[in-house]
Amino acid sequence: MNKKFILGIYDDEDVLLTAIENIRAGGTKIYDVFSPFPVHGIDDVLGIKRSRLPIVAFFAGLTGMSFALWMQIWMMGFDWPMIIGGKPHIALPSFIPVTFELTVLFSAFGMVITFFIVSKLKPSMKVNVFDKRSTDDKFVMAIEVKEGVTDVAALNDLLRSNGAIEVNEKEVVK
Amino acid sequence: MTEERLIISRKTNNKFFLMIAVGVVLLIAGIIFMAAGGGAGHGEAAGHEPASWSKRLFVNLWLNNVYFTGIALIGTFFVAVQYVAYAGWSVLIKRVALALNYFLPIGGAVMLVVFLFGGHDIFHWTHDYLYDINDDRYDPIIAGKSGYLNTAFFLIRMVLYFGLWIWFSLWLRKEALNEDLNGGTNSYHKSIRISAIFLVIFGITSSTSAWDWVLSIDTHWFSTMFGWYVFASWWVSGLAAITLTVIILKQNGYLKMVNANHLHDLGKFVFAFSIFWTYIWFSQFLLYWYANMPEEVIYFTERLSGNNGQYTWIFYANLVVNFVFPFLVLMTRDAKRQMIMLKIVTIAILIGHWFDFYLMMMPGTLRTDAGIGFIEIGTALVFLGVFLLAFTKGLTKASLVPVNHPFLEESVHHHV
Repeated sequence: MNKKFILGIYDDEDVLLTAIENIRAGGTKIYDVFSPFPVHGIDDVLGIKRSRLPIVAFFAGLTGMSFALWMQIWMMGFDWPMIIGGKPHIALPSFIPVTFELTVLFSAFGMVITFFIVSKLKPSMKVNVFDKRSTDDKFVMAIEVKEGVTDVAALNDLLRSNGAIEVNEKEVVK
Repeated sequence: MTEERLIISRKTNNKFFLMIAVGVVLLIAGIIFMAAGGGAGHGEAAGHEPASWSKRLFVNLWLNNVYFTGIALIGTFFVAVQYVAYAGWSVLIKRVALALNYFLPIGGAVMLVVFLFGGHDIFHWTHDYLYDINDDRYDPIIAGKSGYLNTAFFLIRMVLYFGLWIWFSLWLRKEALNEDLNGGTNSYHKSIRISAIFLVIFGITSSTSAWDWVLSIDTHWFSTMFGWYVFASWWVSGLAAITLTVIILKQNGYLKMVNANHLHDLGKFVFAFSIFWTYIWFSQFLLYWYANMPEEVIYFTERLSGNNGQYTWIFYANLVVNFVFPFLVLMTRDAKRQMIMLKIVTIAILIGHWFDFYLMMMPGTLRTDAGIGFIEIGTALVFLGVFLLAFTKGLTKASLVPVNHPFLEESVHHHV
């Protein structure tokens, strides 16, 4: 199924931010905005919720810590007890460096893997580029056109009155 | 941008004076109690002469003075770091840090007086007989360190540290006032150069002053990490003090342009450096624990199980209050942006690091005679009162908002 999008092209990020605010305030849903660089405050005006990735990091880290402590206590204390440096079999201070490293490792990999899964990033992923200039010097605001519902002419006026230097239409194969 | 002047009311000042008065009363009560023989029974049980009240007083003066001098010094260090890093976010709170160093001259004077009168009570190495080969109390290890650790050089260093620190603090303050009056970027560029030189000096003096004032109490012991350890303790306490002051000022209607984003960054600073302190603490502990050599591990034995085990709870509480608590509470973004959370954590850290210094100094000086009584609380209150008087006076000296700072606009619109 093909989807149709109206693309508003902007060349100034301040104009873009006010435009996003005005257009969203008017009740029009914005599909996405493409920018050559991260724009400060764009998440807030687009109404994007904060990432919940830190929660994953915490629990992955907790898993790593538990795993490291269990592994060392079981290996050194029960599976193959050895006396090292005259210390007790289960000598907590000597386990801390490994515990720290595994906590960091688990939370880092946990975050990266979760991020790939949630954002569906994989080698076979096909990306629709709406306008190649969004990787160079233009900001592109994409609004989905719903057949019979969206008034294309009105949308065109809305975008232009909010500072778009160009308004294009694009069909995307899904 | 408009100027913001802090006004310290007579009432607030009176509160500080009351704090000092209560401290003095507690101190006198504690001294009378000790002089009347309150601690004698305890001392006899341990089979040795109990520490005199004057020794306990001097050690407490030294402990609080090193702690508060460190926080005052961190004020200058923080500002210098912000200048050298070309930081924009911190412009609105720079003046708070810059005012902290108003305590430095007082700290220097108190330190000199306490050393001259109580040096023998605090530092074992100041006794002449240790260096006399004909005396049976001759100590070859301490005598071997006499090239560095002698009273004259110690005093020269002390004066040098305070001289340099105060000089650079005054210089940075002067440039800040210049900037307020004249505008332009001249003062800014000059401040960066001053800060860069100060940071080099601070890098050396923060370590050597830690050896002089804290490490040399345990004269036989040595630790290559000690300078870092004391710096980490000062730095996180100083950051906590800055954060707490910003919050209190904000709750009293000042610093209107400071918002949750600035608090968030301060919270990150406190969070990160409480972990940094733990890292240094553990790096020092692990090696001594692992090697387990008697002359090295004695330092931790005295604090963990030695001295009748009276320091054991402080040893563990130190880690809980200064690491576990800030780590778990300040972990989330929301906690770093809320004043109440930051307030609780910063107060905990300030108290926790006072105990950190307590743990560094007491086992080497008062040993089993240390305690937390009227003298400890009294001295701490007196120092806190004097520190707050000097600090708030410093805050009133200039506008709280550096109106002509080139990065002021960036700080006002700071967003994380």
